[in-house]
Amino acid sequence: MSATPQHRFESLLGALRDALQPGEQFTFGYSAEQSQFVRFNHAKVRQAGEVSQASVQLRLICDGRQAEQLITLGDDAVLDRARLADALGQLRQTLPLLAVDPYLRLDETPWNSHSQQDHTLPELDEVLALIEREAGDLDLVGIYAAGPICRGFASSFGAFGWHQANSFNMDWSLFHSNGQAVKANYAGQAWSADEFVARLRQAREQLAFLGRPAITLKPGSYRAYLAPAAMDEIAGMLCWGGFSAQALATGNSALQRLYNGDAQLSPLVSFDEQVSGSLSPAFSDEGSPRLDVPLIQQGQAVQRLISARSAAEFALVANGADSYESPCALSLAAGNLASEAILERLGTGLYISNLWYLNYSDLPAARMTGLTRFATFWVENGQIQGPVSTMRFDDSLYSLLGSQLEDLTREREMILSTSTYGQRSTGSSHLPGALVKGLTLTL
Amino acid sequence: MFDSSALLRQRFAGLRSTAELFSLRHVKQSYQALSVRRNVAEPPFFSQDEGAMLTVRVNGVEAYAATADLSQQGLQQALERAETLARQIARHSLLDLRDQPVTSARHDHVSPNFDQPLPNLADCLGLLAAESASVPQDSRLVDWQAGLDITLVEQTYLNSAGAELRHAQRFLFPGLSVTASDGQDSQSRSLGRDNFGQQGGFEVIERCGLIGAARRVADEALQLLLAPNTPSGPRDLLLMPDQMMLQIHESIGHPLEMDRILGDERNYAGTSFVNASDFGHLQYGSKLLNVTFDPTIGEELASYSYDDDGTQASKQFLIRDGVLLRPLGGALSQFRSGLDGVANSRACGWNRAPIDRMANLNIEPGDRSLAQLVKGIEHGILMRTNRSWSIDDARNKFQFGCEWGQLIENGELKGIVKNPNYRGISAQFWRNLSAVGDASTFQVLGTPNCGKGEPNQVVRVGHASPACVFSQIDVFGGDA
Repeated sequence: MSATPQHRFESLLGALRDALQPGEQFTFGYSAEQSQFVRFNHAKVRQAGEVSQASVQLRLICDGRQAEQLITLGDDAVLDRARLADALGQLRQTLPLLAVDPYLRLDETPWNSHSQQDHTLPELDEVLALIEREAGDLDLVGIYAAGPICRGFASSFGAFGWHQANSFNMDWSLFHSNGQAVKANYAGQAWSADEFVARLRQAREQLAFLGRPAITLKPGSYRAYLAPAAMDEIAGMLCWGGFSAQALATGNSALQRLYNGDAQLSPLVSFDEQVSGSLSPAFSDEGSPRLDVPLIQQGQAVQRLISARSAAEFALVANGADSYESPCALSLAAGNLASEAILERLGTGLYISNLWYLNYSDLPAARMTGLTRFATFWVENGQIQGPVSTMRFDDSLYSLLGSQLEDLTREREMILSTSTYGQRSTGSSHLPGALVKGLTLTL
Repeated sequence: MFDSSALLRQRFAGLRSTAELFSLRHVKQSYQALSVRRNVAEPPFFSQDEGAMLTVRVNGVEAYAATADLSQQGLQQALERAETLARQIARHSLLDLRDQPVTSARHDHVSPNFDQPLPNLADCLGLLAAESASVPQDSRLVDWQAGLDITLVEQTYLNSAGAELRHAQRFLFPGLSVTASDGQDSQSRSLGRDNFGQQGGFEVIERCGLIGAARRVADEALQLLLAPNTPSGPRDLLLMPDQMMLQIHESIGHPLEMDRILGDERNYAGTSFVNASDFGHLQYGSKLLNVTFDPTIGEELASYSYDDDGTQASKQFLIRDGVLLRPLGGALSQFRSGLDGVANSRACGWNRAPIDRMANLNIEPGDRSLAQLVKGIEHGILMRTNRSWSIDDARNKFQFGCEWGQLIENGELKGIVKNPNYRGISAQFWRNLSAVGDASTFQVLGTPNCGKGEPNQVVRVGHASPACVFSQIDVFGGDA
């Protein structure tokens, strides 16, 4: 690259300011990444590539009307300015065709935020050599994704935010010859070969349990422990409109009854949007500083995630939420269960490492269904007996995290999103495991 | 159309490489999303995206580099990065592709009515506003939205063996949804949206039935709010095409993807209950089941002449008379497995590499009218419009939910029921297929949201199906 990403963004920002006409306002987002993607199958490289991409998202506002355009940048300053000018022109042509937007609200504060870290990422040769040495004899499948990620934001009101970080995410599974598998992940910003090797070896050790004869359960209610990765799937369902001000106001949230005060979760349950300390940018896609927001405290609904648009539509106060009002750093408070006591406290029941493909079977009732996946074990008297064949559950959140919740673990895991739809995600969650008295299996 | 072709040809000719094979896949995509929610237009959203993927094969090892820098220098640098990467991973590579055949085909493919002008933005917004405004005033109708997404894609594939494959496509996704709520329960009814999209022009909006539909859709949402829950127990299940598409997608499409069977997707999208050795003899469904990969229905979302690796696409039976014949495997999967496949190697854009995807995956019509299907059911339920989907990583144990249910007793449609869900096991479910609707029940549908792959990709997938009946399926309702 001829210029740094921040310089490219600032250069375009300057061009945009110069082109602005009286009465016009703008917000201007920037997103870029250089990514190395290496897929593995049978501990060998199945597919490898590099992706370099950058885009800006321009929102033009004039006379109470607004429209947005996203353009891919071509790493050519002249071309990119021309594309920006075209986008501006199209938006200018569009605005007069629109009615005044009654829900247009802008954050007019001239805030400033800057975060940049330049941890050194490992050379790909090192990653490949470690995988060959530590897992070359195993059936490893997964992906290594790494490289710098940039997010920027600026507005005609003087706001400016910059977020840049190098990050890596190695997400993999080890398969036993009987088809059972264990899943593992090593992700972050500061790479440690020792830590990576430790996680590879830990996953290898877990494979031994998977070699035992599989146990098939009948439908029914079972005592169960849900590890943090399994809880992440449940939390992910709640992120799907659960805390959204718009969804709550329009009957489309699974937590409608909780927020109406008609239902409650266990007093052990406290969810927060915990942006500070997370890997997410400190500003939302709408251009507001993100806030830490208590969502559920001791089982009772407290606040919801409110975008500027929802604030206007439903007479609320915006709290730094993204436009789609989904948490980017959901945190569930820790409980009292020590990690080393999990099997003993579980006694007899299911140890579930991961869940998979959750969806709602009755959204207003917060009833969800999904399946066990990877390293799910049957435990008797605190001893692992063997892996459990895939089972489907169908249960209400008000049961799992309500009447049936016995405890949450004292230790929590920071789970970094592996999502790479369109671009590498900066989302994360910070979650404990959960011990539940009854989980309903149906198939 | 294809305005970039001359420049791309020139720049591709100027690339220098020592690789035995290299290719360029250029994708230019524009998108427009319009929506009117509760009688207020949402801010229009537009996007313009353009870039290229350079792929090389060096001593049988392939690697890629994707860039939006389309200058001669930018493309050359991407090509060199791909070459460097191919050499870097050579010692660790799973595949030796030295003997994999290479395409040298040249062809253009254009969507039906690609050049037909669409109504301008103001007219489109006016159309959506009119639908929104026709939702009746009722305090229980708490949310409604009419929308129209339009995507234009132009792709050019060039390789060092002389291939030049271009396609220009336009996709429309019209839709409408209404939510009714009484404060405790909420019920939504929708038309189109994620269940309907086609290639073409304005006729797609007409085929969707969007215009004039809002009042009926709102009334159906209110009917659901007042309806009893779906009763539990085994029943004959009549699935309409807008649920059949999900059933086909999850429990035929995904399990037949060859890269899953070969293990590539085991860490994310999953594996399959189908084995490579099953092709040619596994009785996947009843003798009434005929499933095709069909890229020839012009308006269907994934109709094309060549896939993104340059394999010519043609209609193929994947399942005939219930017997499993071939997988959804593109040229690479065919090379790896030795099985005959189809042209389904697809990428979501310039920054992701092609992998085995569904394309148009259809069920061929049978011989029963809808009235005959209903009449043949003694104790059953009709379900339409998917709203919930969940299936295990081997694509076997599933649970799906629909927006709309209607009981069937003694060959007659009876009362409306809410929260209709059903569950089953793919390997058994299709063997319970007991009747297949005729062409009058057949609909060409599709979804923009099929996710898969590492790194992740979302592609458009077409599904066309008649209404179908399945005997003795486990059906149940919700808690509300």
